[in-house]
Amino acid sequence: MSFLEYAPAPESRSILSLRDEYGLFIDGAFRPGTGGGFETISPADESRIATVAAGSDADVDAAVGAARAAYDKTWSRMSGRDRGKYLFRIARIVQERARELAVAESLDNGKPIKESRDVDVPLVAAWFFYYAGWADKLDYAGAGADPRPLGVAAQVIPWNFPLMMLAWKLAPALAAGNTVVLKPAETTPLSALIFAEILQQADLPPGVVNIITGAGATGAALVRHPDVDKVAFTGSTAVGREIARAVAGTDKRLTLELGGKAANIVFDDAPIDQAIEGIVNGIFFNQGHVCCAGSRLLVQESIHDELVDRLKSRLSTLRLGDPLDKNTDIGAINSREQLERIRELSRIGEEEGATRWSAECEIPASGFWFAPTIFTDVQASHRIAREEIFGPVLSVLTFRTPDEAVAKANNTPYGLSTGIWTEKGSRILAIADRLRAGVVWANTFNRFDPSSPFGGYKESGFGREGGRHGLLAYLKSGAQK
Amino acid sequence: MSKRLTVPKTYKLFIGGAFPRSESGRTFEVVSPSGDFLANAAKGSRKDARDAVVAARGAFGGWSGATAYNRGQVLYRVAEVLEGRRAQFVDEIVAQQGVTAAAAGAQVDEAIDTWVWYAGWCDKYAQVTGNANPVAGPYFNISVPEPTGVVAIVAPQDSALLGLTRVLAPALVAGSTVVVIASEAFPLSAISLAEVLVTSDVPGGVVNVLTGSPAEIAPWLASHDDVNALDLTGAGALEWVDLQIAAAQTLKRIIAPESGADAAAPRLERITALTETKTVWHPKSRV
Repeated sequence: MSFLEYAPAPESRSILSLRDEYGLFIDGAFRPGTGGGFETISPADESRIATVAAGSDADVDAAVGAARAAYDKTWSRMSGRDRGKYLFRIARIVQERARELAVAESLDNGKPIKESRDVDVPLVAAWFFYYAGWADKLDYAGAGADPRPLGVAAQVIPWNFPLMMLAWKLAPALAAGNTVVLKPAETTPLSALIFAEILQQADLPPGVVNIITGAGATGAALVRHPDVDKVAFTGSTAVGREIARAVAGTDKRLTLELGGKAANIVFDDAPIDQAIEGIVNGIFFNQGHVCCAGSRLLVQESIHDELVDRLKSRLSTLRLGDPLDKNTDIGAINSREQLERIRELSRIGEEEGATRWSAECEIPASGFWFAPTIFTDVQASHRIAREEIFGPVLSVLTFRTPDEAVAKANNTPYGLSTGIWTEKGSRILAIADRLRAGVVWANTFNRFDPSSPFGGYKESGFGREGGRHGLLAYLKSGAQK
Repeated sequence: MSKRLTVPKTYKLFIGGAFPRSESGRTFEVVSPSGDFLANAAKGSRKDARDAVVAARGAFGGWSGATAYNRGQVLYRVAEVLEGRRAQFVDEIVAQQGVTAAAAGAQVDEAIDTWVWYAGWCDKYAQVTGNANPVAGPYFNISVPEPTGVVAIVAPQDSALLGLTRVLAPALVAGSTVVVIASEAFPLSAISLAEVLVTSDVPGGVVNVLTGSPAEIAPWLASHDDVNALDLTGAGALEWVDLQIAAAQTLKRIIAPESGADAAAPRLERITALTETKTVWHPKSRV
C-alpha cells in the first residue's frame, strides 16, 4: 500500500430502506404502471437495485390528468405563502434525509459519495429553500404585471445529477404555482422515487407533483401530451431538437438545457495551482458527466508542457473505485451505453492523431469504468474537440494570443459554459464579454447556486435555471393575452 | 405650361449598408390598392438572404460591442431622421396601403415614437433584467443580458412602416443584427426606412432588408445555421410551423406570429426575447 492508498471507507447502505419494486407516483400515491417494468442497476457492479415501472401512454395521460386537476382545484388557487411553506417543508425533509439520498444517488448513478453528499444533495435542499421564498413574492420577479403560472409543466431530466436536476426543475415550477409531471432518466430513477416519499411526508397535495419513470418513449409521450403547458428538458442537444420540433406550432412554453463543449482557457499568468485544481474539477467532477464540463482545455502555448505535466501528476493521485467509498474521487460511468460512447470517441481521438494519456489506475472487474484521460496534440477539427464526450476525457489545445483564445473558445455550436484563468482582472472582464456562453467561471469552475442563473447560448439551449431568471421560465404576465 | 415630370425611385434591397438589386435579377410589381403601378421592387432570392446573413454576422461584433449609450443615440437618431422625412413616408403609405393621409400620418408618428421608446431602453434594459446574485460562498456573481446574435425577422404584413419598426427596433436595442423580410404587399417603406438607417449612423450590415416573397425567402433563413433567432411575428399566413420546425435544427430562439393592431406592440419582452443571460463567477479572496 503506497502512501496514497487508504483503507476502504464505504458508506453503509443500511440507511436505505428500498422497495423491491416501484410503481409510478401519480396523484399522491404509488400505483402500478401499465407499460411493464425494468431494472435499475448499480453501474459500479451491475447489481440489481430495484424494478421500476415503465410509464405507458395511458400512464402519462393519467399523470397529466392528475396534474391538471391539482392545478385547477388546489395549487393555482393556493396562496403563495402556503405554496412556499410546502417548499420549505420539502427543503427541510431533504436535509433530514440527506445521507439516505446521497447513498441512494451514488448507488444508482455511480458518482462518488463525497460528491452526492457534499454537492448534489446540499444543492437540492438549497434549491427548494431558495424558491420557497419566491412563492409569495412573484409580483417582484420581473414577469410583468399580474404574474401567473403557466399550468401543467412536463419536465424531463437527465441521469448525471438525478436529484439535483429534479430540484432545479421542480422548485421554480412549484413556487410559481405550476403543477408538474416529471420523468427521471431511465438509468437513475431511484432518488426521484425516494423523493416521492418525501413529498408524501411533506403532505404535498395529491397531483401537484407526479413522477413517472420510463425510457425515452415515456418522455416523448409526456412532452407531446396536448394538455401540457410547459416543457422543460435537460439532456442532449439531439433530443432537445426533437422536442423543439415536437412543440412547434403549439402554445407550449419551452426551456432547454442541452449539451456543451466548454473551453477552459488558461493564460500564462494564471494562478497555476488553482488552475490545476480547477481543470481537474472542470472535467473529472462527476466522471465528466457534466453538460458544462470544461472538456476543451485551451492553454497558452508557453505553459503547455508544464501544465500538462502537472495535470498528469495530479491525475495520478485520483482514486477510482467504489462510489460509496468516502475516499473515491472518480466513480463509475453511469451506463454501458455511455461507456461505449466514451470508448468510441477516445478511439477516434487516437485515430485522428491526438496523443492519449490515461492515469494508471486499477479498473474494477465488474461495472462500468473509464480511467481519467488526457488528449494532447488535439486540433480544432478533431471530433474529440468538437463533440460532447460526456466522460472523464480532456482535450488539450493551445493558443498564443487572447484573440486566438476567444476565437477557439467560441468555435463550437455549443455555448453553455467557459472558464478563464488569469491573474489579470481587466483581461478576465474583457474575455468574459466576448465569450458566447451562458456561464463564465473566472479562476474557478463548476460552481452552482440556486440564486445564480444557469443555461446556454446557441445550441446549448435556451431559458435559464436558477435565480430570478429561473422563475421567469414558469411565469407569464396576466396583462398579456 | 406642362407639369414637371417626376423622378421615381428605384427600390432595391438593403444588404451590408448598400442597396444592391437582387442577384437573381428579379423584380415584382408593387401596386396601390386600386391597382395603380407604384414601383418594381427587388424580388429577393435565397442567395440574397444568405448574403444578408453574412453581412449581419459581420456587423454583429461592432454593434453588440458598441456602448449602450452609443446604440441609444443611434436609435434616437433614426427617430430624428424619420421625423424629418415624415411627409415622404406619409405619401408612400397612402400610396401603398390606400389609407387616408391622417391614418398614414398616425402610423408614421407612432413609428417615430416607437424608435424613441426603444432608444431609451438601450442603457436600461440590462439594469432591469440583470442581477447581482447572492450565492452561498465567497464569489462575485453577476448575470447580464447580451444580444442573441443574428435575428431573422418576418415583418408584419399588414403595415408598411409601423409593423416593421415594432419588430426591428427591439432587436437592435441589445445589439443583435437583423435580416428582415419586409411586408410583401407594402415593401416600399421598408427600403425608404433603410435610407433613414444609413443616414442615422446605423453601421452597415446591422440591418438588412429583403423585399419579395416571405414564403420563398423565410425557409432559407429558418434553416440557416448562422441565424440565432427567428421572429415570426409577420409569418401568420405562411407555413410558420414548418419554419419553426426547420429552426429547431440549430435551436433558434423563436418569436411566434402575432396579428392585429397590437402585433409586436412595444414592450420589454420584445427585447428580452432576443437576449441571452450570461452569468460570471469570480472568487473573492480572504484578504
